[in-house]
Amino acid sequence: MSTRQLFTRPARRAAIAPYLWMVLFFLLPFAFVAKIALSQSALAQPPYLPTFDLTAGWEALKAAAATLSLDNFRLIFSDELYANSYLRSLLVAATSTTLLLLLGYPVAYAIARLPERWQPIAMVLVIIPFWTSFLIRVYAWINILQHDGLLNQVLMALHVISAPLVWLSTDSAMYIGIIYSYLPFMILPLYASLAKLQPSLLEAAQDLGASPAKSFWLVTFPLSLPGVGAGVLLCFIPIVGEFVIPDLLAGSGDMMIGQTLWLEFFANKDWPLAAAIAVMLLGILLVPLLVYEHIQRRQLEGKQ
Amino acid sequence: MPGSTLLHIDGVEKRFGGFVAVDGLSLEVKAGEFFALLGPSGCGKTTLLRMLAGFETPDCGRILLDGTDIAGVLPHRRPVNMMFQSYALFPHLNVSDNIAFGLKRAGMARDEIATRVAEMIALGRLEGLERRKPNQLSGGQQQRVALARALALRPRLLLLDEPLGALDKKLRDSTQRELMDLQRRLGTSFIIVTHDQDEAMTMADRIGVMNHGRLVQVATPRQLYEQPASRWVAEFVGDVNIFEGRIERREDQRLVIACHNTGAIVAAAPRQSLAGEAVCVAIRPEKMKLSRQGPAEAAIQAGAINRLEGTVSNLGYLGDISSYGIALDAGATLRVSVTNTARVDVDDFRPGERVVVWFEPDDCVVLDP
Ligand SMILES: Nc1ncnc2c1ncn2[C@@H]1O[C@H](COP(=O)(O)OP(=O)(O)OP(=O)(O)O)[C@@H](O)[C@H]1O
Ligand SMILES: [Mg+2]
Repeated sequence: MSTRQLFTRPARRAAIAPYLWMVLFFLLPFAFVAKIALSQSALAQPPYLPTFDLTAGWEALKAAAATLSLDNFRLIFSDELYANSYLRSLLVAATSTTLLLLLGYPVAYAIARLPERWQPIAMVLVIIPFWTSFLIRVYAWINILQHDGLLNQVLMALHVISAPLVWLSTDSAMYIGIIYSYLPFMILPLYASLAKLQPSLLEAAQDLGASPAKSFWLVTFPLSLPGVGAGVLLCFIPIVGEFVIPDLLAGSGDMMIGQTLWLEFFANKDWPLAAAIAVMLLGILLVPLLVYEHIQRRQLEGKQ
Repeated sequence: MPGSTLLHIDGVEKRFGGFVAVDGLSLEVKAGEFFALLGPSGCGKTTLLRMLAGFETPDCGRILLDGTDIAGVLPHRRPVNMMFQSYALFPHLNVSDNIAFGLKRAGMARDEIATRVAEMIALGRLEGLERRKPNQLSGGQQQRVALARALALRPRLLLLDEPLGALDKKLRDSTQRELMDLQRRLGTSFIIVTHDQDEAMTMADRIGVMNHGRLVQVATPRQLYEQPASRWVAEFVGDVNIFEGRIERREDQRLVIACHNTGAIVAAAPRQSLAGEAVCVAIRPEKMKLSRQGPAEAAIQAGAINRLEGTVSNLGYLGDISSYGIALDAGATLRVSVTNTARVDVDDFRPGERVVVWFEPDDCVVLDP
């Protein structure tokens, strides 16, 4: 039987489902956003021009299309505010992802080395926080980090500090919030790749003269790289666009791009500019995705 | 210095919880020896190898390599290498890098590593596959990479845990010959674990038969087959017919044994034995002869031959031999194998046919029941 025949007709029809999903819930909305990004803001309902009226005839549509422009993108490039926002977002995402990796790897490694029957329990413990609303958990951090909050009380009780520190509205608070929220996303893929590792590979490495530490760097770590890649992407990309955590926990100084976007959209009612910011953000985030995709494809080719 | 003791295992014991996996086992393996471990599943073969490699620590007893106790030596510092049953090739490294792994750890110079790797590639007949990753190799090729990798460091002792289990018969036969060849050329001591008795018989200088964590017999393949130390060994190694009975009397070099369901059997008497003692007689199927007439009456009278009568109950044609099931008139059933020397066998026995089975007293082994 050829592989073509293996896919019966219903199966082949089902194979277009993901594409349909992409078109309906990603490409179509993105087309709207892109169109708004090329429009001008206006005191109207909706607050931009032009709007396409399909009943007005061909000539009117052509005239409307002629007023589309790249003005919003030019503004983004000319005003430092936006560049700084993008940069801060990338920086915060890179720093947090690095910290998440440094923190998540040992945890995932430890879980993967637990006796088999404890592993699922440990994984449930990692995932349990998801059972509470994300927003509530971030608010809880406000409570913990405030002047007379739990953190300061504990630190003072332990005589680490003598007077309460200011945590809230600082970058530290934001990093704590981000790392707390995203840690499971780092641990899960890392654990998945570490749990797959055959113990006999490590024994073989030691048998051939590699110390336990060397075995880790020469065998365990390289073989966990797919998990590292997945975890890094899974954290980095949403953190770049993060809004809630910096808004609630960080100071009011520098803004991440999500906050700037929110400001343009809700405070300034400049939908076209906000849309342009979003389109740019997508373009930026495409870079790590394409790199990851490229690496994965090269590995797949190596396997054949 | 061939012939000197390389490995000395002295009263080694290993428990998992309350379960004794290896039970006070002692063994000496000489330098350059090819030693096979044979035994039923779960008898502790892998556990023993893992203790030699350093992945398990014995609960008591000593393991001496070249006279020094290696109990506290970590696996990566032992001059012992292991070829894993699953091969355990590093999936992210290509064939060359897999082979070079141990050499790099040993701190060998670059050009020396390259030479040694090339040597091992040639030895494993892996030319042209140097850049392939393990998952791009066939099972037989993977197995040869695993072997080349384990041998690259020129260990004093190589441990092989069912190395040929995944190969088909043809490839297994040729690999067995390669292994023996290699072992002789390098002078490395091999300890090989196998489930395949023919494999152990073909390759090994000596075979150790294990049961319940103990060595029940250590002998050359021929001794093991012809002089099994116990009924259990006789039954475990190869096919055998066992008849239970009591010693009736002794006639100079012969024992006359009254067996329950064959009648009297005359056997060679190499051991101390008391009349009335319960024993069993073991005879290999190929040591028995099958015919329609049987030997001359005079020979039987002189006690020089055993003669039993019965009917053919079934037969199996196995190519090189035919195996007959015989139901004796006295009640016992036994197996007789006959070599098929001619392509067209004119003289095969059919089920239901009356036959005579006869065998020499010297071909019988008398064992404790
Ligand atoms: N880590 C362990 N924990 C508990 N029991 C173990 C462990 N390793 C082995 N055993 C037990 O010890 C006994 C011997 O195991 P071992 O793997 O040495 O057998 P084996 O002779 O190699 O068998 P096989 O021929 O099936 O590979 C088995 O009963 C096994 O269940
Ligand atoms: Mg085993």
